[in-house]
Amino acid sequence: MPTIVVEVMPKAELLDPAGKAVAGALARLGHTEFANVRIGKRFELTVEGPITEATLAAARTIAEEMLSNQVIEDVISVHEAPASGASA
Amino acid sequence: MSRHVADTVANAAATPEKEQPFAALGLKPDEYARIREILGRRPTSGELAMYSVMWSEHCSYKSSKIYLRQFGQKVTDKMRERLMVGMGENAGVVDIGEGWAVTFKVESHNHPSYIEPFQGAATGVGGIVRDIISMGARPVAVMDQLRFGAIDHPDTARVVHGVVGGISFYGNCLGLPNIGGETVFDAVYQGNPLVNALAVGVLRHEDLHLANASGVGNKVVLFGARTGGDGIGGASILASDSFDSTGPTKRPAVQVGDPFAEKVLIECCLELYAGGLVEGIQDLGAAGISCATSELASNGDGGMFVELDNVLLRDPTLTAEEILMSESQERMMAVVKPEKLEAFLAVVAKWDVETSVLGEVTDTGRLIIHHGGEEIVNVDPRTVAIDGPVYERPVAYPAWIDALQANSASALPRATEGDELREQFLALVASPNLADTSYITDQYDYYVGGNTALAFPDDAGMIRVDEESGLGFAIATDANGRYCQLDPYEGARLALAEAFRNVSMTGAVPAAVTDCLNFGSPENPEVMWQFMRSVEGLGDACMELEIPVTGGNVSFYNQTGDQPIHPTPVVGVLGIIDDVERRVPSAWQDEGNNIYLLGVTRTELDGSAWAGTIHGHLGGRPPQLSLNDEKALAHLVQGAALEGLLMSAHDLSEGGLAQALAESVARFGIGARVWLNDIIERDGMDLTSALFSESTARAIVTVPREDDVKFVGLCEARGYPVLRIGVTDGRDYEATLHVQDVFTVPVAEIRERSNATLPHYFA
Repeated sequence: MPTIVVEVMPKAELLDPAGKAVAGALARLGHTEFANVRIGKRFELTVEGPITEATLAAARTIAEEMLSNQVIEDVISVHEAPASGASA
Repeated sequence: MSRHVADTVANAAATPEKEQPFAALGLKPDEYARIREILGRRPTSGELAMYSVMWSEHCSYKSSKIYLRQFGQKVTDKMRERLMVGMGENAGVVDIGEGWAVTFKVESHNHPSYIEPFQGAATGVGGIVRDIISMGARPVAVMDQLRFGAIDHPDTARVVHGVVGGISFYGNCLGLPNIGGETVFDAVYQGNPLVNALAVGVLRHEDLHLANASGVGNKVVLFGARTGGDGIGGASILASDSFDSTGPTKRPAVQVGDPFAEKVLIECCLELYAGGLVEGIQDLGAAGISCATSELASNGDGGMFVELDNVLLRDPTLTAEEILMSESQERMMAVVKPEKLEAFLAVVAKWDVETSVLGEVTDTGRLIIHHGGEEIVNVDPRTVAIDGPVYERPVAYPAWIDALQANSASALPRATEGDELREQFLALVASPNLADTSYITDQYDYYVGGNTALAFPDDAGMIRVDEESGLGFAIATDANGRYCQLDPYEGARLALAEAFRNVSMTGAVPAAVTDCLNFGSPENPEVMWQFMRSVEGLGDACMELEIPVTGGNVSFYNQTGDQPIHPTPVVGVLGIIDDVERRVPSAWQDEGNNIYLLGVTRTELDGSAWAGTIHGHLGGRPPQLSLNDEKALAHLVQGAALEGLLMSAHDLSEGGLAQALAESVARFGIGARVWLNDIIERDGMDLTSALFSESTARAIVTVPREDDVKFVGLCEARGYPVLRIGVTDGRDYEATLHVQDVFTVPVAEIRERSNATLPHYFA
C-alpha cells in the first residue's frame, strides 16, 4: 500500500540529549569518525488507495499540528515512499 | 550567508548615530538613554544584549526592589541567629546545628511552562537545583507549587500533562525526592499557569560557596553543557544587520534540559568543592553568560576579562550576542586559582564534563569581552548586574476591592440537614483543589535517597540530614490566591501562617522563609498595589514570627489577556527537627485514639473552599489571623511531640474541619466517631461553620488514651483551647466517618470520591 513518510527532527538550535548520549557512546566505543548524532522521528502513514495532493496536504497538516511539537521540533520532510522501498 | 561580525567598541564609538533595536529587546527609551550615558557612547550590540537581559524585570527586580528591601529591614537579632547567607545570593543558607546547614529557594518558571509545558517545567527544576549546587550544597529534595486553569478547560490537560511529566522526568532522573507541593485549579490561571519549583540542599558549614570573582589573575572557567541556541528568541534580532526586518525569529524561545548532564554536574561540583578547587561559583540560568560574568565580577574584585571565542559551542553559527544571551542549560561558571587549574581540570575531565577557560579576574573595574580578536564589551559590571534601573511604579487602590469585600459569604444559604451537609462534604472532598492529587504525585519519586521521613500527603515534607543523629528539616509551602484577591496583605500573612503551621505540625521548629511572588503586570497600578500590600504583609508577619526571608523570586506579568491572576505569593517555610524519629505524621495511625481539636472556630466562610465549591462565591474578608495564636499552637504541638504524646497532627485550612477529617480517615483507612455539639456550644455557631469554616491557628491531633491526662494538662497549662471531639474507630472495609447526629460516610466512599477527580480529567 502507498505510504507517506514524515520526518521530524529536534530544532537544530536546541539540545538533543539522546543524540548527545549516542554520540558520546560511539566515541567511547572507538568510532571517532562521527562528530555528532541527532535523533529524530520517522512516521510511515499508510494510505488507503492512491496518494493524491489532498492526502499529502492532510499529511503535512497532521505533521505540523500533531506529529511534531512546533516549539521544539521541525518537520523536515513529508514525502511519498518509493513503491518498493526498504520500508515496504 | 556571510558570517555575522560583532559590533566592536571602537565601531560603537565611531558610529554614535547607528539605530539600535532596544525597544524590540524590551528596553524603554529612557533606559536606552541611560545606557548611553553610563558608557559615554552607544552600546555595542553585545553590550545592548547584556543590558537588555540584565535590566529585564526578571533579572533586575526593577519594579519590586524598593519593596523587597523590607525583608532585609524587618529583622530582629533572633532572626539573624541561624542565618548564614541571606537575600541576594543564589539561595539563603540556614544553620540547622551539628555543623550542618540547609540552603533552599523557590523560583518561578511560569511563562516557559505555558509555551512548552514539558521542557518548561523540567528546566525549572534544573535551574533551581543549580542554584542550590552553587551554594556548595548537595541537593536533597524538590517540591513544586502548581497553578493550572479550570480543570475542565480543554487546554488544561495539555499543560498538566506536560508540566507534571517535565517535573517527574527531570527530578526522577536526578534522583531527587519530590516531597510535597501544591496543585490548584482556577480559571484565573488559564492562559498563565504557575510553575514554581523549590529545591533544598544540605552542606557542612565549611563547604559554603559564594558567587564572587575575587583574586586578580584567577581563572574564569565555564563548564558543563555546551552553549547552543536555546532560549535566545529575543537575541536573534541583534544578529540581523538591518533591524527593520522584523520577520519571525528562527531561534527558539525555550530550552531543552538534560537531567543526566545535570546529575554529573552535581557530582562534579561537589568533588571540586571537597578538593577546595574553586574560589567562587555561579550557575548559568536566565541571561546565561551575561549574568554570570557581570554578577561574579560585581561581587568580587570588580573586573574580568573574557575571551568569548573560548566558549565551547554546540552550534558554531552562534553570534557573539547570542552566545552572551544563550540560556543553554546545565552550565556553571567557576573562579579558579591558576595553581589549582590543573587539579580542577582533572576533576572535570574525570566526570566527562566539558570545560573551557574563558578568561581571568582583573582589578580594572571593567568587564571586558573579546570576540574574534576585537573588543566587543567594555562595561562597569556593576552597572549591568547591580545598579540597574529601579522603579517606583504607580500604585492604585483597586476600587473593585470594596465591593468584593462587602460581598460576604455570610449571606449564602447554609445547610442544616444531615443529608445536605453530607452531599456538601463529599462535593468538597471531590472538588479539584481538595481532591487527592496522587495522580500527579505518584509520577514523582518521593522516597529516592532513603532519607524521606515525610512526604505528600503529609502537611509538610521532611528529610533526614544526619543518619547518626537523626537531625533533619521539614518544609512546606502555601499560597491561597483567593484570600489574596480579597486582601493581599492578609492573604500573604495567611500563606506564611499556614506554611508555618504545616511545618510545626510535624514537630519541627520553623527557622526560615523563601517566597515566590507571582503577580500580574507591574505596569498595572492595581497589581502594583496588590504586590506592595503582599510584601508588607509577608514582611510584617515574618518579623512577628521571627523567621527571616532568605531569598526567593518575583514573577510579574502573569495574566491572561488583560486579566491578572489572583495575587499568588507562594511562601515556603523551613523548619528544623532534632531527630526525624520524633516526627508527627498528619493522618490517623490507629484505632481507639482520642481526637482533639486545638484552637477556636469562628464563622469564617469568606473566601473558603465551601463558598467557592458549593456556591461559586468569592467575596468578603479572609479569616482573621493571630500570629501569637499560631506561635502558641506551634509550641504546644512541638512540646507534645517532644514528649511523644501525639500519634498524628493535622492543621486545619482549606475546607476546614471537614476536609481535615476526610484526609485523616482516607489516608490509612482508619474511621472515627466525631461530635460537633461541643464546638457549636463553646464557640457559638451553626453546623456549616463548624464543618467548613477556615479559622486559623487550629489543628486536630490524635492522642493515645493513656496519654490523655498528660496531653490535656499540657494544653491547659499553656492556656490553649482544646476540645475532645471524637475517637478513632474501625479500620479498612468497615471504617466509617460518623459525625454524630449529622451524617455517616463510609471511608471507602470518601476515598472513591477524592481519588476519582484528577484521573477523570487527566488519566
